[in-house]
Amino acid sequence: MSGQTVAADLSGHMLGLDEDEDLEVFTKNSSLADGSPMPNSPGSMVNQYRLEEDEEDQLGAYTKDIFVTVDNPESNVTAIETFIMYRVVTKTTRSEFDSSEYEVRRRYQDFLWLRSRLEENHPTLIVHPLPEKFVMKGMVERFNDDFIETRRKALHRFLNKISEHPILSYSQHFKVFLTAQDLVSQKKQGPGFLSRMGETVRAVANSVRGLRSRPEEFTVMQDYMENFSNKICSVDKVTQRIIKEQREYLDELKQYSPTYTQWAESEEELSQPLKAIASCVERCSKETEEQIHHLSEVLVPTLHEYVLCAETVKAVMRRRDNIQAEFEAKNEALVSRKVDQEALQEEVDGLADRVELANNALRGDWSRWQNGMRTDLRSAFISTAEKNVEHYEKCLAVWESFLLSQREELSQEQVEDAS
Amino acid sequence: MRPGSPPTSGKQKRMAEDGKDDSVATDDDSDLTAADGSLNNTMVEEGSTLLRRMEICVAEAEKRSGKNAVSMQETFTVYLIETRPMDAVAEGRNPAPDSLWRRYSEFELLRNYLIVTYPYIVVPPLPEKRAEFVWHKLSADNMDPDFVERRRVGLENFLLRVASHPVLSNDKILYHFLTEEHGWKEVVYETGFQAKADSRLRALSATFRVRNPDKRFMEMKHYSDELQSHTSQLLRARARVADRLYGVYKVHGNYGRVFSEWSAIEKEMGDGLQSAGHHMDAYAASIDDILEEEEHYADQLKEYLSYAEALRAVCRKHELAQFELEMASQDLISKKQQLRTFSFKGMTNKLFGQEAPEQREAKLKLLEELITEGEETVKEKTVECEEHVERAWVDMQRFKEQKDKDLREALINYAVMQISMCKKGIQVWSNAKECFLKM
Repeated sequence: MSGQTVAADLSGHMLGLDEDEDLEVFTKNSSLADGSPMPNSPGSMVNQYRLEEDEEDQLGAYTKDIFVTVDNPESNVTAIETFIMYRVVTKTTRSEFDSSEYEVRRRYQDFLWLRSRLEENHPTLIVHPLPEKFVMKGMVERFNDDFIETRRKALHRFLNKISEHPILSYSQHFKVFLTAQDLVSQKKQGPGFLSRMGETVRAVANSVRGLRSRPEEFTVMQDYMENFSNKICSVDKVTQRIIKEQREYLDELKQYSPTYTQWAESEEELSQPLKAIASCVERCSKETEEQIHHLSEVLVPTLHEYVLCAETVKAVMRRRDNIQAEFEAKNEALVSRKVDQEALQEEVDGLADRVELANNALRGDWSRWQNGMRTDLRSAFISTAEKNVEHYEKCLAVWESFLLSQREELSQEQVEDAS
Repeated sequence: MRPGSPPTSGKQKRMAEDGKDDSVATDDDSDLTAADGSLNNTMVEEGSTLLRRMEICVAEAEKRSGKNAVSMQETFTVYLIETRPMDAVAEGRNPAPDSLWRRYSEFELLRNYLIVTYPYIVVPPLPEKRAEFVWHKLSADNMDPDFVERRRVGLENFLLRVASHPVLSNDKILYHFLTEEHGWKEVVYETGFQAKADSRLRALSATFRVRNPDKRFMEMKHYSDELQSHTSQLLRARARVADRLYGVYKVHGNYGRVFSEWSAIEKEMGDGLQSAGHHMDAYAASIDDILEEEEHYADQLKEYLSYAEALRAVCRKHELAQFELEMASQDLISKKQQLRTFSFKGMTNKLFGQEAPEQREAKLKLLEELITEGEETVKEKTVECEEHVERAWVDMQRFKEQKDKDLREALINYAVMQISMCKKGIQVWSNAKECFLKM
């Protein structure tokens, strides 16, 4: 427990935090309302849940006790701007919450605020990314229905990822986000823009100085992340390309079936089979439409999320590096200077602890993240494969029914000929 | 003047016409040719054709080099035609086939001969001279092996159709084409068929100026236009669909590459990704065979696209024959008119002055001769026209039945191809799913 308190103190000191909100989470009772032990360090938690083979019990020792949904986007028009508000509903049994159900309205900016607070307070935890701020190229209207729906789903996933996170879900900011009717006043209590700038400047300065020696495991992690980032971007691009080709294919299919219908008009005997073929082609093109829709709804968003995740993890690793760099810098100073060693020693010790905590946090969250990534991507690919099988099965049925109809026609003709 | 007795079942009549000099089965092959150039049927039974007596196939294609008419070096393809007597095959003997090589231009020459010689027959078409309705991966090159192969099949199909046609199969030029490698061209030219060919200008003029063509032929002509237009639209659209489908499948090959690279950096996911990648490669590769097979369907449609032209040709021949009949009748009428005015002796004398009786006698005689000639011409033209109508109508009915049967079969085959494609797709994606489950 003490470890966490120190971490919070130091982070507060580094970021110039005034309020102790986050400290509360870590100094409270070390057990949950139902008496089960409260998760302590991320490390111990990860150990617990790594033992679980069952996907459903991902959260390990404790079952899910908080459920969050994002829905019901509504347009809000003010004099200055137009924006979308989403409804966020929370159902929970956690004792930190005064009530068991909450309903609030939040806009995208609010989500951004939440995420940045979480990142500030937990610099080496992997905080799930948000959908991008800007509209994708090719879209004219910002508030296009598809765009809103895609964003809503991503926001929903974001909150769920946070609520499933063993540490982040206990963040005070998270609670405030889920419960406060007036978020604006809460937001104002955050660290100012300048203090955030300070952190960034320090980070840049540190990275310029460079790192003495990064622990092997983090170098491995970084290399992996570089490669993963490339690969996931490629998969994303390939998938987008497939959708593009499918759309063009669909356009041609739509021109193709009428050629059969038109021909049927000048034929007698052939009219029926020609029309039947036209109908088959039409039905297959509807199936193709659904196939495209599924790709866009399931695979693309997941891939896209992990493209963003890759960037997030890279940023987390940079922050960890900075924490280590800062320690190294101060340590060097300690070694070289003889003056004021005691005070400096304490500072250096604190920084050393900070490095260790940062490393532990990242280490724990890293394997958690990897498992999550594996699960999410696997399930998206499986879903895509299933949809494709379904697509071909449906088309198969269409063509088989055509063959059947022709056999029936033929036998009917034979009966007619005989009579 | 309207010819066109209701079409009788022309088979028996036709048999009699074509096998004019025979009705007796002969064992002596040397008596194969009848006076009018058509083959004696050694078996006078309904539906007997060359194909029943002889197995025909276009077995191979080869590249040759040689000097052409203007002494320039050129490369061309020759096709091996193999024939075997059917009774030998039936008896279980397996004699080596007779064979000879022909190039595409010789097939064209044969077909042109048939068109001119049998203007009342919807003559089977040749496979396309140049690749049309090409989708981008399909080669438009005449020398491309796939194109040559499909052409080989098309040429064989042409020969089979001709050799099984109740009328065309009896032609001796056809027989020589199949059996005599050398000197065939000379024999064809000797028939003088080129002189008999209708000038395009005459045919076109007839189309515009004919007054009373047989309605059924006009409908058939209209139908041939429709058939041509619809099949070409279909072929064009299908080629575009094929092109796009190719793109979809091939892009999946990129999954194969990326999954393979990605699997290298993963531990637990590695195997699943790697094997899924292989299935994606297989998926991408499968489209080549799928579309190659579909070309066969396109070829079947192309045959009927070309058949539409042949059908139209028969209708236009009717227009020409009818037009010539009308012209001849018109000519006769005007001559008879002249004769009538001639009889008004008094009138003409008063108007044009006295004519020597010998002169007038001569003129009268000439006119009467011309009228007799004209009457003969009209009779001939009438017979020509009626015969054409009768024979053509029979063949057009035969063609219609053949077309309906063939195209329905083609559509069924298309469905079978689609089913095969779907089954492959199910296989690949089920396999991929298994791999993803292992991730």
